[in-house]
Amino acid sequence: MPREIDREGVRRLVDQGAQLVEVLPAHEYEEEHLPGAVNLPLRRLEEQAADVLDRTRAVVVYCWDSA
Amino acid sequence: MYDYVAGKLDWLAAGGPIEGTDAATPRAGDVARGDVPTCGLDERLGEVQERTRPAGFDACVVVNQERVVLGLLRAKELDGDPASRIEAAMRPGPSTFRPHVRIQEMAHHMVDHDLENSPITTSDGRLVGLLRRDDALRVAHGRHQAEGDAT
Repeated sequence: MPREIDREGVRRLVDQGAQLVEVLPAHEYEEEHLPGAVNLPLRRLEEQAADVLDRTRAVVVYCWDSA
Repeated sequence: MYDYVAGKLDWLAAGGPIEGTDAATPRAGDVARGDVPTCGLDERLGEVQERTRPAGFDACVVVNQERVVLGLLRAKELDGDPASRIEAAMRPGPSTFRPHVRIQEMAHHMVDHDLENSPITTSDGRLVGLLRRDDALRVAHGRHQAEGDAT
């Protein structure tokens, strides 16, 4: 289970080298995303995560909101 | 793995930096005046009058020590009795807006609701600045013209 974090947690982890992953559809990611985030839409997350992400660094995923 | 559960909306609402094709779109937080005069609940209106209009503003935002917005003194409240306490003179709980709202959307809203000024705050209520309708309209109009020129 992913561990829930807040905005300050995101900043702290990114400063420590964490990877940011936006799981929203590509067009939403292209319009605006957190600095340095990569896009892995939810339906492709499992199949592409191993190719895109560095296993040695922490991963922070986010979508639009908590709803 | 970590889950930023509050997500992109929370990040934008806090005025966090963004990347992407819409990153350059002017937002409420970009246009809001961060130098708007502020005051506390315990001050007297006369003290606030002395520093608000000379600073070029016809509104003052009432905040607490953490800069959380508590109220707004608009032009008509600023014209009140100088001896009155801010807590009694202010308009409490004004509508606030988040920094990421696109300026064109803000301009329409302020015209539709006849708002001269709108406090822009983070999602936890801290003041970013005061958006003046004239500023919103000027930037939104410039943006509209730029989009028209591009088509």
